Amino acid sequence: MSNRNTEEAIMNARKNRLLLAVTLALARVTAVAAPRDDLLAGYAAAAKKTDPAFAGFSATRGEAFHRNSFAGGKAATPTCTSCHAKDPRTAGQTPAGKAIDPLAVSVSPGRYTDPAKVEKWFKRNCNEVLGRECTPQEKGDWLSFMLSQ
Amino acid sequence: MNLPYRPIALGLIAVAFSALLFQRAQAGGSHYFAPVNDAVVKEECGSCHLAFPPSMLPASSWQRMMADLKNHFGDDASVDAATAAHITDYLVANAGDTGGRRYGDKLLRGSSTTKAPLRITELSRWLREHREVPAWEWQHKDVRSKANCVACHAAAERGYYDD
Ligand code: HEC
Ligand code: HEC
Ligand code: HEC
Repeated sequence: MSNRNTEEAIMNARKNRLLLAVTLALARVTAVAAPRDDLLAGYAAAAKKTDPAFAGFSATRGEAFHRNSFAGGKAATPTCTSCHAKDPRTAGQTPAGKAIDPLAVSVSPGRYTDPAKVEKWFKRNCNEVLGRECTPQEKGDWLSFMLSQ
Repeated sequence: MNLPYRPIALGLIAVAFSALLFQRAQAGGSHYFAPVNDAVVKEECGSCHLAFPPSMLPASSWQRMMADLKNHFGDDASVDAATAAHITDYLVANAGDTGGRRYGDKLLRGSSTTKAPLRITELSRWLREHREVPAWEWQHKDVRSKANCVACHAAAERGYYDD
């Protein structure tokens, strides 16, 4: 009898361990996804405030924004793609020649997990390209595009 | 007793040789500049260009530069006050006329450390080392800027500028 019990105990321990591993893996996935969801939710709330007709973000609009040329910023960098690659799955380059890792999360899974970093660069780069800060709608569209890539 | 002289002699030579290399690395060889080894400085000062070794400029330069990051060579490189204080402390402590003197001497010789030059690429010593680089090379699309050390010095991230 003791043999059967031990076997059962081992099986149970195995099941528990498997369950624990699955839970931990899930927790890890959500830990990465959560800051991105929070960012998007924050931009959505801010967009709703300024525009009651706000109807969500669009990756397609984000893609167009990423490639659009603007007149308000620095002449040398009229578009996001002055530094980042047109295809966000490939690397970009700064004016000083330093390589920039791809922006697409499928290639750079660590991106957009530090909200302070995201906001810091939106502020710098939007000023550089548009000569003003980006609106919450523009940020949310752009981010949706990068998350879809 | 039969001592294996040859292996011992070879071993001694190897030891002496690596000691020599080690000493060179310690003293900085002639082309070695200790790279930034602080994670915050690497992150904040190493995204737009190479995180330049602090020993390439004197402390006064770093203080002057850190006092106006909003107008940083036409870019806004500003960070919050606590981060700025941390970066300034690191750069000043390891500058070419303080903690990094044993590396910095090579580039700072002949430059005033009190005039707080903002560009490494305008130090007289740097200009002299590069006077034979032809104009077309600076304009090459992979170079773009004199500040793009890595384009020509492949091991610059690790502190070596000899190739
Ligand atoms: C002058 C060059 C330049 C331009 C133009 C530029 N960027 Fe960037 N961007 C950078 C650099 C450098 C980084 C930081 C390096 C990194 O994260 O790999 C960065 C990072 C970012 C990040 C942070 C990513 C993260 O991992 O958190 C966002 C968001 C961003 N850029 C958005 C934009 C948008 C939107 C535009 C166009 C409006 C734009 N950038 C245009 C240079 C540029
Ligand atoms: C937003 C982008 C950006 C960030 C962040 C940034 N820099 Fe710069 N930096 C530049 C640009 C642009 C230049 C001019 C490069 C050129 O001439 O091609 C420059 C030039 C320099 C130079 C002079 C290079 C030369 O020509 O000798 C130094 C030194 C320097 N930066 C230090 C720093 C330090 C220290 C930090 C961190 C506090 C920092 N940078 C952060 C954009 C940036
Ligand atoms: C266009 C290519 C190019 C760029 C960009 C460049 N260098 Fe150089 N550098 C050279 C050449 C060529 C030499 C001379 C090679 C030699 O004598 O071994 C040299 C020599 C040097 C030396 C002297 C090394 C020695 O052998 O005595 C130092 C130090 C140095 N460079 C630092 C820098 C730094 C710092 C930067 C960026 C701010 C930079 N270089 C950017 C091409 C370049």
